[in-house]
Amino acid sequence: MLICIGGLVTSKGVGMAVPDWPTSYGYNMFALPVSTWLTGGVFDEHTHRLWATVVGTLVVAQTRWLGGVSSRRWLAWIAGVEIVGGRLLLGLGPDWKGAGHFLAGIGGVVALAALVWFKNPAARGGLPGLGWLAFGLVQLQGLLGGLRVVLDKQVVADTTLGTVFGLIHGCLGQSFFVLLCGIALCLSRLWNEDTGRRPTLGSLRWLLPLATVAVFGQLLLGALMRHQHAGLAIQDFPTAYGGLWPATDPAALERYNQLRTDEVTVTAFQIQLQMFHRLGAVVVTALVGACFWATRSSATDPMIRRGVSLWAVLLLLQIGLGSATIWTGKAADVATAHVAIGALLLATGTLITMISRRQAVPFTGNLSAAPTSARLWAGSVPS
Amino acid sequence: MNTTLKTVVALAATASALNAAELSGKITVKGTPPPAKPIPQVKADQNCGKNRTEDAMTRTWVVGADNGLANVVVYIKTGLEGKTFTPPAEEPLIDQTGCMYEPYVSAVMVGQTFQIRNSDALMHNVNATPKINKGFNFAQATAGQVNKKTFDKPEMGAKFVCNVHPWMIAYVSVLENPFFAVSDKDGKFVIKGELPDGKYTLAAFHQKGGEVTQDIEVKGGKATASLAIEVKQ
Repeated sequence: MLICIGGLVTSKGVGMAVPDWPTSYGYNMFALPVSTWLTGGVFDEHTHRLWATVVGTLVVAQTRWLGGVSSRRWLAWIAGVEIVGGRLLLGLGPDWKGAGHFLAGIGGVVALAALVWFKNPAARGGLPGLGWLAFGLVQLQGLLGGLRVVLDKQVVADTTLGTVFGLIHGCLGQSFFVLLCGIALCLSRLWNEDTGRRPTLGSLRWLLPLATVAVFGQLLLGALMRHQHAGLAIQDFPTAYGGLWPATDPAALERYNQLRTDEVTVTAFQIQLQMFHRLGAVVVTALVGACFWATRSSATDPMIRRGVSLWAVLLLLQIGLGSATIWTGKAADVATAHVAIGALLLATGTLITMISRRQAVPFTGNLSAAPTSARLWAGSVPS
Repeated sequence: MNTTLKTVVALAATASALNAAELSGKITVKGTPPPAKPIPQVKADQNCGKNRTEDAMTRTWVVGADNGLANVVVYIKTGLEGKTFTPPAEEPLIDQTGCMYEPYVSAVMVGQTFQIRNSDALMHNVNATPKINKGFNFAQATAGQVNKKTFDKPEMGAKFVCNVHPWMIAYVSVLENPFFAVSDKDGKFVIKGELPDGKYTLAAFHQKGGEVTQDIEVKGGKATASLAIEVKQ
């Protein structure tokens, strides 16, 4: 949901509809008048902020749950630091009032988690660590989102810091989603029960992670396009300015820009970026197609075969959405669906890769012979 | 005393009249620009669409009678080097009305104060994203709110956008001297001011079409020029 709302914010170009942060039009973000919230792009941007606080709160609860009762001490320390830090910011003057309340507010939520007295044990293996990683990342992600607003006017090397932080914010959001999916998998029965099957992975051993990395690279290219608002640097598909590979010399760029009726001036870099995104789609299709082909072997585990089939279907949908993004002139809902399915593609690839590695590990509790990746993720193996 | 004062005022007025110049002319478009497209989001917006019966249209190319091109910033580009000018006291207005910026294109001099007003009974934010000058982003929550701003460096086509209603876009050019104008719907322009007779380069800048120049000579305070901006096909 949060990725979808964030995607809408970027697709509609309303990231700066609320010019301040962590306040919203000078208000505590939870006290923004409804009439203001419901005005144009403010609705998307402010809803994104509010939903992010819901996700943040859930991640704090997850950290306490995975870390067990022993995490209370650390949570209390962190809460104390954040509350004291927030109070200190308040003392710096009215300009820091919003930031001070925000930091102290986060500290308050963390303090509530520290107060939960339930004496649950910590999850096994690396899961508490992954919980803390998610805890850190969600706060970093919130900070990046805020800096994207606050530093929007700062220019470094002809690029606004708002664009840079928006790009990192978009990529980290996808990675964070994959991390949460991974944690969920490690807690699932699927991960923790021995099916007794020891599938032969064959070429899938390297094809699955390679295709997943390719999907991630493709997401990075897409994020770079979106945060430059260059998703429509080329307005036709499957051709590109009527040809196979468009010219990007100054005369060609002048012609392209003159004939656009939108308010965008595209650059050679933006055009090439979209072309590489198109090429990336070909590479991803080839790799996922190769995975699909490899699962036709009778030795492939049925679960992996189903997962790769789902992956292939999502990919076909994604190609359709990418094409429709151009054909509809980057309609916000279509472009956002393209982002959301991109996140699902990345998560699906990661989970299939994890499952394939997990199944290759004997469930003896002795993981010393297992691949490093499997040992990391096998934290909740029953002893 | 009164007589002396009147004499001084009369002399000053005469001197001023001697220097008062008028440059006029027309900007045309050569070639076929893409036609304007509707902006359906304006009518679709629950607030902005209330009083609107027709779609707002894109304004990247506004062509009037006899191929006259609107929204072109016409200014003296060279010929005034080494001279300094006081920014005009007049404060141009950039209005937000009907969820559109009016005018779409405007020009000010470096250091000249301009006003930004919200005439709509709903909130807008004014996000100025110049590349050379310092940008700003503030909200105008109520109808009638006016904020005053200045830019301190020359820059062509600084972009203004309302992110609450992201189709709302305007451009402001910042010029080094007070001799500039923006072409009207038929491409006509008039530049008035105390411009001495002499040779100058007149430039016409269009956001999509780029810039063209023409050498002109002001004689007896008059000059005319016709410039064409070409659409590359």
